[in-house]
Amino acid sequence: MLLDVKNIAIHYGAIQAVKDMSFTVEDGEIVTLIGANGAGKSSALHAISGMLRPSAGDILFQNESILKEPAYKIVQKGISQVPEGRRIFANLTVLENLKMGAYINKNKSQVRQDIERTFERFPRLEERKDYRAGTLSGGEQQMLAIARALMAHPKLLLLDEPSMGLSPILVQEIFRIIRDINEDGVSILLVEQNAQLALAIANRAYVLETGKILYEGEAKSLLLDDRIKQAYLGG
Amino acid sequence: MYFVVQLLNGLQLGAIYALIALGYTMVYGVIKLINFAHGDLMMMAAYFALIAMAKGAHPLLALAISIIMTTVLGVLIERIAYKPLRKSSRLSALITAIGVSLLLQNVAMLIWGSGAKTYPNLQASLPSFNIGHNTISSLSIITVVLAVLVMIGLYFFVEKSKVGTAMRAVSEDMEAAELMGINVNHTISATFAIGSALAALAAFLLCAAYPQVTPYIGAMPGIKAFIAAVIGGIGIVPGAMVGGFILGIIEALTKGFIPSQYSALSDAVVFAILIVVLLIKPSGIFGKVQGEKV
Ligand SMILES: Nc1ncnc2c1ncn2[C@@H]1O[C@H](COP(=O)(O)OP(=O)(O)OP(=O)(O)O)[C@@H](O)[C@H]1O
Ligand SMILES: [Mg+2]
Repeated sequence: MLLDVKNIAIHYGAIQAVKDMSFTVEDGEIVTLIGANGAGKSSALHAISGMLRPSAGDILFQNESILKEPAYKIVQKGISQVPEGRRIFANLTVLENLKMGAYINKNKSQVRQDIERTFERFPRLEERKDYRAGTLSGGEQQMLAIARALMAHPKLLLLDEPSMGLSPILVQEIFRIIRDINEDGVSILLVEQNAQLALAIANRAYVLETGKILYEGEAKSLLLDDRIKQAYLGG
Repeated sequence: MYFVVQLLNGLQLGAIYALIALGYTMVYGVIKLINFAHGDLMMMAAYFALIAMAKGAHPLLALAISIIMTTVLGVLIERIAYKPLRKSSRLSALITAIGVSLLLQNVAMLIWGSGAKTYPNLQASLPSFNIGHNTISSLSIITVVLAVLVMIGLYFFVEKSKVGTAMRAVSEDMEAAELMGINVNHTISATFAIGSALAALAAFLLCAAYPQVTPYIGAMPGIKAFIAAVIGGIGIVPGAMVGGFILGIIEALTKGFIPSQYSALSDAVVFAILIVVLLIKPSGIFGKVQGEKV
C-alpha cells in the first residue's frame, strides 16, 4: 500500500470539514476523489501534504505515519501536490518556478537534466522559460504547475482539480498528460468535479459528500452506477 | 566646496540609512511585516560592538562579534515573537513589533543605563583628506562603498541564488512554497539573519561617525530607514538603497544650509518628501504595480 488514509477528521475551528474519512492508493494506481463543492476534497489533500493536521485518524505513506511530518519533509518522502488554482509563482520566471519545484534536490546537474526533460514533455514551457509565469495562459500555467510538482520526483502526485477553468480541448490534453505521468510509474490521487473524465481515467474512485465517503469502488463500475449517474454525471 | 562636503556627508548618512532600510525591505518583502524593532536591533548591535571593544577587541573583531550576536538576536526575535503570529492579522504582528521595539529599548536601559556611552574614536585612526578648508574622512568613503557593495551582493543573492529565489517564492505564496518542499521557517530565518547582520554593520558605521550610544539611537534612524525603504519601494532591494541615499542627502543638505536653530526642520523635510512620493507613486520609486494574481 502506497498511501493509507485512516479515519481522518479535519476541523477548521468549529467547522468540521472531514468526518471519519478513509481511502487508499496502491502503487501504480490512479485514484480519484469526486464530489461537489465543499465536500472536503482539498482539505483531505492538504492533510496528506502536511499543510493541516487532522484532529483524528492517521495517514500512512509506505507504511509509515506522516501525520506529524512538516510539509517539506512530506515532499522529500515522495508526495507532491498540484494545488487547486495552480498557485504558480506569478512573479518568478517559468524556469525559476521549475527550480523551486526541485528545491529538495541538492544535485544541480540532475536538476538541470530534469529541466531538460520537462522541456521535452512541455515544449511550450521552454519557449517561455524566461518569462514571468504570470504571463502564461491558463493552460500553460496548469502545465507549469504539473511540471513543477514533478521536479521533486514524487512517488505519489496529488492533483487538485487540474481541469478547472480550462477549455475542453485543454482538459483532454491535461488528462492525457496525467495518464502519461502515471505510465511513467507515478501513482496519482486526482481530485475532480468533472466526474465523467475522472472516472474514465481512474482505476478506483471515492465519492465524497459533506466530508464523508458515500460510495467507493472500481471507476468503471461507478460510471455505470445509476445513483452516481444521477448525482454526478448529469443523469 | 562646502556643498561637496555636505553632499558627501549626505551620502555617508544615506549609506547607513540604506543598510538599515535593506533589513526593513527584506523582511517586508518576504513576510509583509513592518519590523518596527529593526532600528532597536541596530541599537543593540551598537552596544554589542561597544562592549567587545571595551573588553579590548580590535574594532573589526568587535564588528564581527556584533554581527554574530545581532544575527542570533534577530532570528530569535522572529522565532519567539513573530512566528506564532504568522497566520494572524498583519495588525497584530505590527503591534507585536512595536512591543519588541520598546522591549529592546528597556532591556538596553536596564543593562547599560540610559546615559550616553562614548564610542572609541575610530575615525581618528583613519586617514583623512583636506579639500580647501574642509576635511573629508576616509570613513565617509568606506561607508558609501561598503553599502553599495553590500546592496549589489544582496541584489544578486535575491535574484540568482536558490535561497534568494525561495525568498521570493515565499513572499508570493507561502503555502505553495511549502508544497514545493521549501522549508519556509528556514527561509524566513535567513531573511531575518541577513537584515540583522546588515543592521549590525550599519550600527558600527553610524557609531564610527557619531560616537555616542544610548538606548534610543535606533529610534530615529530606524524610522528614517523605514521611510527610505518606502520611498524606494518597499520589498525592492535597489529601492532601499536609492531611498536611503535620497534621504541622507536631503537631510545633510537641509542641515548644512538651514540656520542651525532650525535644524529640526530637516526631519520635517524628510517626512514631507515621504508624503509627496507616496502621493505621486504610492508603491515608491522602484515599486512595481502588484503582479497580477491569476
Ligand atoms: N480555511 C478554511 N477555514 C474555514 N473553513 C474552511 C477552510 N477551508 C475549507 N473550509 C470549509 O471546509 C469544507 C470543505 O472545504 P474543501 O475546500 O476541502 O472542499 P472541496 O471539496 O475542495 O471544495 P471545492 O470543490 O469547492 O474545491 C467547506 O465547507 C469549506 O467551507
Ligand atoms: Mg477544493
